[in-house]
Amino acid sequence: MSHPSEAAQGRPAMVRLGAVARTFHPGTPDAVRALDGIDVEIPEGEWVVVLGTNGSGKSTLLNVIAGTFGLDGGTIALGGQDVTHWPEHRRAGIIGRIFQNPFSGTAPAMSIAENFALASRRGRTRGFRPAVTSAFRAELRARVSTLGMGLEDRLDTAIGTLSGGQRQALTLLMATWHDPGVLLLDEHTAALDPRSAAQVQALTADIVQGRRLTALMVTHSMPQAIAYGERIIMMHRGRVLHDFRGEARRRLGVGDLLACFEDARRTPADDVPPSPRSAVGTD
Amino acid sequence: MTLLIGALTIGLILALAALGVRTSFRIFGIADITVDGSLTLGASVAAVLLVGGSAGPLVATLAGFGAGMVAGMVTGFLQTRCRIDALLSGILVMTALYSVNLHIMGRSNVPLLHARTLATVADAAGPDWFGGGEVALGRWIVPAGDLALLLMVAAIVVAVALGLGWFFHTEIGTAMRASGESPQMIRALGADVERLRVIGLAIANGLVGLAGALWAQVQGFADAQMGIGMVVWGLASVILGEALSGTTPLGVALTATVLGSILFRLLIALALGFGLNPNDLKLVTALFVFAALVLPQLIARWRRAQATRRAVPGGGTGP
Repeated sequence: MSHPSEAAQGRPAMVRLGAVARTFHPGTPDAVRALDGIDVEIPEGEWVVVLGTNGSGKSTLLNVIAGTFGLDGGTIALGGQDVTHWPEHRRAGIIGRIFQNPFSGTAPAMSIAENFALASRRGRTRGFRPAVTSAFRAELRARVSTLGMGLEDRLDTAIGTLSGGQRQALTLLMATWHDPGVLLLDEHTAALDPRSAAQVQALTADIVQGRRLTALMVTHSMPQAIAYGERIIMMHRGRVLHDFRGEARRRLGVGDLLACFEDARRTPADDVPPSPRSAVGTD
Repeated sequence: MTLLIGALTIGLILALAALGVRTSFRIFGIADITVDGSLTLGASVAAVLLVGGSAGPLVATLAGFGAGMVAGMVTGFLQTRCRIDALLSGILVMTALYSVNLHIMGRSNVPLLHARTLATVADAAGPDWFGGGEVALGRWIVPAGDLALLLMVAAIVVAVALGLGWFFHTEIGTAMRASGESPQMIRALGADVERLRVIGLAIANGLVGLAGALWAQVQGFADAQMGIGMVVWGLASVILGEALSGTTPLGVALTATVLGSILFRLLIALALGFGLNPNDLKLVTALFVFAALVLPQLIARWRRAQATRRAVPGGGTGP
């Protein structure tokens, strides 16, 4: 059911997952096959939305790409480089990341300026230069003022005193301070109130589309998926159940996605393609 | 007055150890008991170098710093690469260091009788600086050497505190502070959290080794027992400093730790003057830290209880 979209043709793959597998608690009664042979190729500049039931493995997918979890099998290549055995902090040079919990993406006791100083060294060496220089502060002011939240006048405020929405907006700017090869968004608006969520989502669209970033966005919201995903992947029990691209993706509506979900729920584990093993996923 | 100057000098020297304890305690959230061993390590290395005449006070002091750093790196290695619990790592290295220190010194106590130390340098410089063997400070007459030693130690502590403040604002120092608070974030931003922890513990124990090297020179000997209770002493200074300053920017917090150490030493000197049994010193220090850790909880609970009590008769407006 997977057709390469015309827009993606000719673009080199930014993310290439080959037979990626990960089991939690292997060899115990609690063994959980969270990823069961995932093959996905994402061309440069494509915005992919990952949907799935609870425990389908979508968060695990982002975590293995980032290197938070290792693999039991398979390979991961980012930007043509095999990173399967790279530790998380080394992959960070290619990856920008935003977590669901606004607390995870920032150092709460440190100032806005210091948090951004940390982000500005992503994937670069950290030496004995001052972290926050006046030149950096000037650029920071300019970039933060684009948020229209008035935060540019509070650069020395501890970031932990800000609201979840403000923090998530700042985290988005931090993760994309330098264009990342891949941007990983893990339900990054799920913990916010509706108004902040809409604000952060609009900002995400601005940045990802405006700078043609390659992005993977995990979400539970079908309208969000339909509105933003240039390609929609639906996961179930550690496998890719649907991969909508091109024309198939354009014809897709919220109702179709809901039908797919119902379908997935009714599908016995043994019938999930491609391999006929039973598995229960986790997030 | 001489007693006061002595207490100030020791308080300043131990402020270096307190800065080290603060680094592991406030950044990585561990009470690193390695410092009990690394203080003695710094002292023994410096003492042996000074007695042998193979190094002057400056080199011996720096060697104490370096030895402490190595001890901290070992603890960091156990914690990160060997995945040993932070507390146990410290206990292992501290215990091992006890034997190491005895080997370095060759016995349990090395006097610095005829060696050239920071103290003898100060004794020689004092009369030059102040134009006489004694100095009048208001009503008090103090030996010029003691005053010179106090000033030298103060200069070292100020320089180290400034250096530490500078380091924590560099790219690597900022990453280190974030790594304790928000490891998930800093890993996602490409910093090697484990390496930062090893470096952090090396710096922390280096400062403690530096304190040991200076302390040995000022008191005139190194002793295998001198580091016992040092982590609790350091925590007491950190907590006392924080009680004085509240939640503040980093620079103030470092200054507060130094002041906490001095103040605690003065309080101890005062208590001893009023007849406190020196054998009870460690007990009193431990009780102080215990009280400082428990009292805020009790106060918070009491306040909550008060608030509920007030809210109930008010007609159910409480939560």
